[in-house]
Amino acid sequence: MNIVNFTPITATVGGMIIGLAVVMFFLFNGRLIGISGIAANALSEKNNRFDNLFFLIGLVIGPIFYTLFTNKEINITISNSLILLIIAGLLVGIGTRISGGCTSGHGISGVGRFSLRSIIATITFMIVGILTVLIKNYI
Amino acid sequence: MNKFISLLAGIIFGIGLVISEMINPEKVLSFLDLFGNWDPSLAFVMIGALIVSSPMFHLIKNNKKPLFTDSFNYSKNKDINNRLIIGSSLFGVGWGLGGLCPGPAISSIALLNINSITFVVAMFVGFYSVKFFKLSS
Repeated sequence: MNIVNFTPITATVGGMIIGLAVVMFFLFNGRLIGISGIAANALSEKNNRFDNLFFLIGLVIGPIFYTLFTNKEINITISNSLILLIIAGLLVGIGTRISGGCTSGHGISGVGRFSLRSIIATITFMIVGILTVLIKNYI
Repeated sequence: MNKFISLLAGIIFGIGLVISEMINPEKVLSFLDLFGNWDPSLAFVMIGALIVSSPMFHLIKNNKKPLFTDSFNYSKNKDINNRLIIGSSLFGVGWGLGGLCPGPAISSIALLNINSITFVVAMFVGFYSVKFFKLSS
């Protein structure tokens, strides 16, 4: 194991900002943020439809605001083929709906309220994610 | 008013993903590359989010009701079953293959990156297929 590109300060600050969004949504609207659930329900459920849609719109315009205010470009790298990304997207969509949550819903909101169900889900997707990268990169 | 909060929470969440660089799949994959070139940053993002949200959750849940809606509404599901493990495992494989999970994937639509848009479309097909076959938790 080599530790590379580690950015603990921006990671923690960014995480705290994400935490603030979770607190706000809970304090004012009474809901916990889980993005797979919000996204899946936004288009298919009447309940809270506009709340969900507005949240998703916010999620997309957040990076645009960031660029406007800081004048910094956001660079991302996705080096996978489109076929692999389609498979990955399907698995993420199916998996998060079967297990009822993703990195935000189980990993932050669920772990934060000490839900054993969410802690087990988070440990599972972390371990499987690590094993997937191991197999993809080294075997 | 609660719709404005939803929009604002989304914006703040998206900015958090940018500042923490979790919007970049390469950074996420580097966290999952525990046995290679490991970047522990994602763990610090989760710790940062939990330091803020967890104590506040436990305080706020004792309030009579949220400020702008009539009642608290969050999952109280405690089931630990095969569906939880199978679903989380499928998610883990997809996450490890692409480096994208739902939040960063949707946020990165803003960058008009064809790869992330493709991923998001496939993800929604996944959401719908679970709904169609009535498998959701």
